[in-house]
Amino acid sequence: MTDGMVWLTIFVLSVFVGVEVISKVSSTLHTPLMSGANAIHGIILLGAVLVTGQTESTPTLVVGLVAIVLAAVNLVGGFVVTDRMLQMFTRKKPAAPKEAQR
Amino acid sequence: MSAVPTWAQLVYLLCAVGFILALKGLSGPRTARTGNLIGAGAAAVAVVLPFVYLDLDHLPLIIGAIALGSLGGVLGARRVQMTQMPQMVALFNGVGGGAAALVALLELEELGHLPASAVGTFVLVATAFTVLVGSVSFAGSVITFAKLQDLMTSRPVVFAGLPVAFAAALVGSLVLGWLVVDATLLWAGVALGVMGLLVGVLLVLPVGGADVPIVISLLNAFTGLTVAAGGYVLGNVVLLVAGTLVGASGTFLTLLMARAMGRSVPNILFGALKGNSTLGAGEASDRPVRSAGPEDVAILLGYADRVIIVPGYGLAVAQAQHTLRELVELLQARGTRVDYAIHPVAGRMPGHMNVLLAEAQVPYEQLVEMDEINGEFKHTDVVLVVGANDVVNPAARTTPSAPIYGMPILDVDQAQQVVFLKRSMRPGFAGIENELLFDPRTTLLFGDAKESLTKLLSAAKAL
Repeated sequence: MTDGMVWLTIFVLSVFVGVEVISKVSSTLHTPLMSGANAIHGIILLGAVLVTGQTESTPTLVVGLVAIVLAAVNLVGGFVVTDRMLQMFTRKKPAAPKEAQR
Repeated sequence: MSAVPTWAQLVYLLCAVGFILALKGLSGPRTARTGNLIGAGAAAVAVVLPFVYLDLDHLPLIIGAIALGSLGGVLGARRVQMTQMPQMVALFNGVGGGAAALVALLELEELGHLPASAVGTFVLVATAFTVLVGSVSFAGSVITFAKLQDLMTSRPVVFAGLPVAFAAALVGSLVLGWLVVDATLLWAGVALGVMGLLVGVLLVLPVGGADVPIVISLLNAFTGLTVAAGGYVLGNVVLLVAGTLVGASGTFLTLLMARAMGRSVPNILFGALKGNSTLGAGEASDRPVRSAGPEDVAILLGYADRVIIVPGYGLAVAQAQHTLRELVELLQARGTRVDYAIHPVAGRMPGHMNVLLAEAQVPYEQLVEMDEINGEFKHTDVVLVVGANDVVNPAARTTPSAPIYGMPILDVDQAQQVVFLKRSMRPGFAGIENELLFDPRTTLLFGDAKESLTKLLSAAKAL
């Protein structure tokens, strides 16, 4: 296989995996799932680091640093906010029955 | 790209698998939190990796930039209120798209120094794609943020030349994209990014407030695909896999949401352009309604055997979830059967209401999804609609010209009595009047949801 074909293969298989893994999600989890998926594409931070770390001129360095800041906001903020949401889903389970009996 | 050592490639592969597991986990209620943590772990490892196997320049600056962005992200994520979650997701998505576009521009600059024969056409196509779609995602997200944050009107913005301008921007993008691919011109790439911003703005302006969440989800998928293309350009498998996963699952999720709202994605995006998405009045009506005081409503609830609560975004805005839970617990203690009916798009985005009620520690067994509870309204004495409007509007069944026509709704009009807690007679997010408000079986209790519920609670206690 040529290089291009390898990449294309990975891409097509990933499409199917992407749809398959979330196909049974309930509407309850749509918001956290969207937020979590949103965090995952923040991995462009890796790309920003790779490019910026190998750049030479000052203008490109500045642009690269801006890209790193933006990507880090996406990646870190995304995972933290998703965790904050999901925390609320799990936390109440033990507390709930007691409250109801009061 | 310089050669990546085999061990690092293996670690990248593990990170890619980590993202698959993360998405898998996120789609189940019990595994969701673990899934998210796996994703965060995989991301952390993947980002640290190039520092280990590569000799990167500008290390202090890079680490400083990561720290700055992380700090901003954490502060935003910690401070945001749960009601503002859709805006937050839009914002995070936008900056991700913007970052991807910038990365692609830098790579284009790099490619411009190489002899033309050394650069593959597909790499340039992917670069142009990343610049364009990343910018679209950035600008589109900024507009959705402005709409949700009330920085601008949430109603569709349409002007006479909009379809022409949109078409022109698309043609301009194609021409500039061709220049990028054909001649590796950096200025064309920058212009392409600017054009992408224009396309993004023009794409989202005509979208009405109620449809904005679907657009956020779609732009999320766009950013995913952008990152995937960026991965191909940089020859990095993690970016390719992670981006594609988000692109594919995001597209699928967008379709799921659109189906839950009874809308089609093309119609959401281009409906207002074609002029078949009639806009509602957007103003308060002066037709007569029956309003009542908290005591009357408390009596109504007090003597009911079966009550269903329909919570909406207005409840969350007033931060009245806790008061509502107290009221429900009081009624339950007196032997009334009470459930919450949760419309799939209650709140401002699918699943948003579940998050908001979870925050108020409402036991999730009491949250009943639409399909399960719709048959129950016939046997229900009182339905209490708190700050919801569009999701109970019968216009979705009866008025083909309404923007929400075809959306499955909660059949509250089949109940014996309906009580609306409303701030005013202004229509909901979709901007259309609700006939149910004028029904003889409907009672309105005007006021801020929190104040009304507090009065209702003390009146119910006094019974």
